[in-house]
Amino acid sequence: MNALDKKLWRELWAMRLQALAIAMVIVSGVAIFIMSLSTLDSLTKTRDNYYRDNHFADVFATLKRAPLSLVPRIEKIPGVDKVETRVLAYINLDVADFNDPISGHLISLPDNNSRGLLNQVHLRSGRLFEPGRDNEVLLSDEFVKAHELKAGDKIFATINGRRKALTVVGTALSPEYIYQIAPGAMFPDYQRYGVLWMARTPLASAYDMKGAFNNISLTLSKGAHSEDVIDRLDDILRPYGSIGAIARKDQLSNRFLTEELKQQNTIATVFPIIFFSVAAFLLNVVISRLISLEREQIATLKAFGYSNLSIGLHYIKLVLMIVSIGIIIGIGAGTWMGIGMSNIYMHFYSLPYMIYTLKPQVIFFAAFISVLVAILGTLFAVYKAAKLAPAQGMRAEQPTIYHTTVIERLGLQRFFSQPSRMILRNIERRPFKSLLTTLGISMACGIMMVGGFQEGAINQMIDVQYNMSQREDIIALYAEPTSQKSLYSLRNLQGVEYVEGFRNVSAKLSFEHRSYRTSVNGIPQSSQLMRLLNTDLKEIDLPEKGVILTDYLAELLHIKPGDMLTIEVLEGQRTTLQVPVIGTAKQYLGANVYLQQKMLNRLLKEGSIISGALLKVDERDQSLVYNKLKEMPRIAGVIEQRSAIKGFYETMNESILFFTFISTLLGGSIAFGVVYNSMRIALSERNRELASLRVLGFHRSEIAYILLGEQFLLTLVAIPLGFLIGYGLCAYLASQFESDLYRIPLVLSPQVYSFAALVVIASSLISAIMIWRNLAHLDMVAALKAKE
Amino acid sequence: MKIAQKLNGEVVFHVKGVTKTYQMGEVEVHALRGVDLNLYRGEFTVLLGASGSGKSTLLNILGGLDTPTTGQVLYGKQDLTLADEHALTEYRRYHVGFVFQFYNLIPSLTARENVAVVTEISKAPMTPEDALVLVGLGNRMDHFPAQLSGGEQQRVAIARAIAKNPDVLLCDEPTGALDSQTGIMVLEALQRVNESLGTTTAVITHNAGIAQMANRVIHLTDGLISDIHVNAQRVQPNQLSW
Ligand SMILES: Nc1ncnc2c1ncn2[C@@H]1O[C@H](COP(=O)(O)OP(=O)(O)OP(=O)(O)O)[C@@H](O)[C@H]1O
Ligand SMILES: [Mg+2]
Repeated sequence: MNALDKKLWRELWAMRLQALAIAMVIVSGVAIFIMSLSTLDSLTKTRDNYYRDNHFADVFATLKRAPLSLVPRIEKIPGVDKVETRVLAYINLDVADFNDPISGHLISLPDNNSRGLLNQVHLRSGRLFEPGRDNEVLLSDEFVKAHELKAGDKIFATINGRRKALTVVGTALSPEYIYQIAPGAMFPDYQRYGVLWMARTPLASAYDMKGAFNNISLTLSKGAHSEDVIDRLDDILRPYGSIGAIARKDQLSNRFLTEELKQQNTIATVFPIIFFSVAAFLLNVVISRLISLEREQIATLKAFGYSNLSIGLHYIKLVLMIVSIGIIIGIGAGTWMGIGMSNIYMHFYSLPYMIYTLKPQVIFFAAFISVLVAILGTLFAVYKAAKLAPAQGMRAEQPTIYHTTVIERLGLQRFFSQPSRMILRNIERRPFKSLLTTLGISMACGIMMVGGFQEGAINQMIDVQYNMSQREDIIALYAEPTSQKSLYSLRNLQGVEYVEGFRNVSAKLSFEHRSYRTSVNGIPQSSQLMRLLNTDLKEIDLPEKGVILTDYLAELLHIKPGDMLTIEVLEGQRTTLQVPVIGTAKQYLGANVYLQQKMLNRLLKEGSIISGALLKVDERDQSLVYNKLKEMPRIAGVIEQRSAIKGFYETMNESILFFTFISTLLGGSIAFGVVYNSMRIALSERNRELASLRVLGFHRSEIAYILLGEQFLLTLVAIPLGFLIGYGLCAYLASQFESDLYRIPLVLSPQVYSFAALVVIASSLISAIMIWRNLAHLDMVAALKAKE
Repeated sequence: MKIAQKLNGEVVFHVKGVTKTYQMGEVEVHALRGVDLNLYRGEFTVLLGASGSGKSTLLNILGGLDTPTTGQVLYGKQDLTLADEHALTEYRRYHVGFVFQFYNLIPSLTARENVAVVTEISKAPMTPEDALVLVGLGNRMDHFPAQLSGGEQQRVAIARAIAKNPDVLLCDEPTGALDSQTGIMVLEALQRVNESLGTTTAVITHNAGIAQMANRVIHLTDGLISDIHVNAQRVQPNQLSW
């Protein structure tokens, strides 16, 4: 090793804590970059493999009932590759020792002991069906785990009003149900919703579908456009009660997954940008300081014939050493976090496996960006060092010029002691650096807030949606639209406190050239159980004429109150309606249209008909009510959101903890990196000044006040600024994460703010304690003897 | 001209009409106002002058650390005033050794390594060890600057300057920060190098006594050479009246 490199290593060792503090910020940037991109790649790769290996379909359609003789016509649609018809039943389930209502989708698999042609199941355990046994079922893996079932156990299903005992022979997963939620539900509830598979013949006979089908999926041949195929398919299936086929991209489970991927992508861009800019700033101040301390050394080296280039490279090497530490640890941490995230995803979504994918180019890119940013951050300082004229470098730097501060010019100095004035002057002397330091600390505060934001957002989302807006305990879904009179029998059940019917139909909404498919909901005029809220979360009345839209849907369609909305009903008579939009309602989940039930009945030219009922039930009688509902043949499914939410919280807790841990680590690393480094630099810059003060009889605490007071002042300014940045960051993420599936509300609880502030203050205190120790070793004699 | 003959007359530096003006905001500082000077191979020159008279400026220009505002400096046949950044670097790297008033050692490197910094980039250097032995520091090689006395540090600086076997050795107040005894040791080291290696040596000092050990003494006043004095008899450093 040559002598100059030895100098480098020794200097790195001498500034190891500072270097480490900077490296940690780079670690954070690299880690979060690698974590989110590798999670993104892993999820994408796993999904793609799963979709491909299990022949996930390209187009899906459900209908009432169509004869199998229709299939050849569908196969002839240009662009269609493979077609598979299925029987799909929405059923009520009964598991021993579990009282709450369970609904499920029972899906047919071919009789010939196969996993299906398309949307093949992934057999996790057990076996497929044996011919001749007509009561065997496969259950979704999650459902089996949630109920601790095993092969051979019996469960009961009510199919078409008839109760049937089914034997569990195995567990499976399906690419169609990666995100497994009950119709109308928002969160997975593996106890109360399940997916089951059964052989075609017994299911068809139980469900009155012999020689017929009510579900079809197909794949496209290369180059075919799904829109064209869907148009043709809809033409064929319309008479059979299809509400319209959908492409893979609109398939529910796939959509949730896609949103998730989009979020990872946002995370992979936003956070590394913050970390890398902070790292660049820190490197800039630290290297600038080092170079100004080493002016004479640089001049000497030049006097002995070292070239500008070798001087420049010397400092670039130092930067690269610090960055390399950051990159290496960052790659390790990022991989660890990526695996952690991927595992959380694997459990949160029903994926049969997770192919953890860390592409070399991701690592390379992370390293490349780190190096690039670090060099850009220090380029100017290094350039100055390289260009330093040797004769100039030999001359001591001119004493810095101080000015009286604004405060003094305003005549306020009498309020400040001499040391306080020193603090203010020092800040004013370099406003830009003070600003950047403040900004760096604020970033830490902001990042901390992002960590806490998720939890509060979910709370708010659930509170608004399920406590303020949807206030029912149970939703009963009818198999067929039924007369309003059916509510009497529900109202008379013991324990039922209040009942409301609702009518909903699938429809395609359009305004100008934009359209959106959703359900149109008719609810009672002054509904007690389904309340619509305005932006202030105050209840709004349903108008006599016209509709209320979910606020996000109105944005999506660019429609505003007063405009006429076109509703193309996809069921029954398939009428097309024109209705005025009266207002919008605040909703965080889904995108719907609401109007008075009576009006919907009238528009559909039907009597007082409802699709289901909302029930408010006395808690003590809940299981009694469930049991009664299960016995009612016209009730196809029962949904109970509250337990689903509870279950969701349990699964979320794990990942929220993981997130809080990581964001604290990240935010803390920035706060510490910025505060510690700026304190160290202040100490090095003012070493002599402080030592002189010590010689003059100042106490350690008094000089600490001068040195650290400045940093604390900046930290105090940084916290409110950080709140702003954090709020902005959360708002940006919320806006990026918003989709018609859900919107993330921007609520930041006081705890979020105080925790962020706390971490920043704690980081400052730790830095201060470390500097305090340095101040004890302040060498008065040496400091005064040495020439600056 | 006597001295020139005595020293084979080979001119190392030919300085002609050199001025140096610094722009300090509104005011111009004339550090050199027109210096004409020849330095000869192997000669030991001392530069004297009041503070601010331009000694360092002249030395820096000779060493290629700085360029004159007007005038010409020839090093042998090479015109330093026409040399670009790269050429000046090469010139310093292969021909010049510097000793500074404040030693300017690299604090994070040991004595040996401080010398190695220079030998590593030279063409035919002595070993750092040899150079340190030459200045009497054979037993201090692995000490860091902070562990050395001022005189020892200055001798390391001399070792560093001579280790590359430079053609010229330029010293700016090498004894300025030293007491007489240590100063003498440093001067002895310089003289040894000058005599044994034949290195053309120029030393700036405020100490008129030191002038007695030189071949020639050049006085600078206000940016001009006011007097050049040839010593008939050179005095050994240890005989100097400090
Ligand atoms: N970089 C510079 N910028 C402005 N003025 C300068 C610069 N370098 C030197 N000077 C001025 O030029 C004049 C000559 O300076 P120089 O350093 O050559 O003097 P000196 O004879 O070496 O003095 P001393 O004995 O104090 O070292 C002085 O007035 C000095 O202030
Ligand atoms: Mg000088």
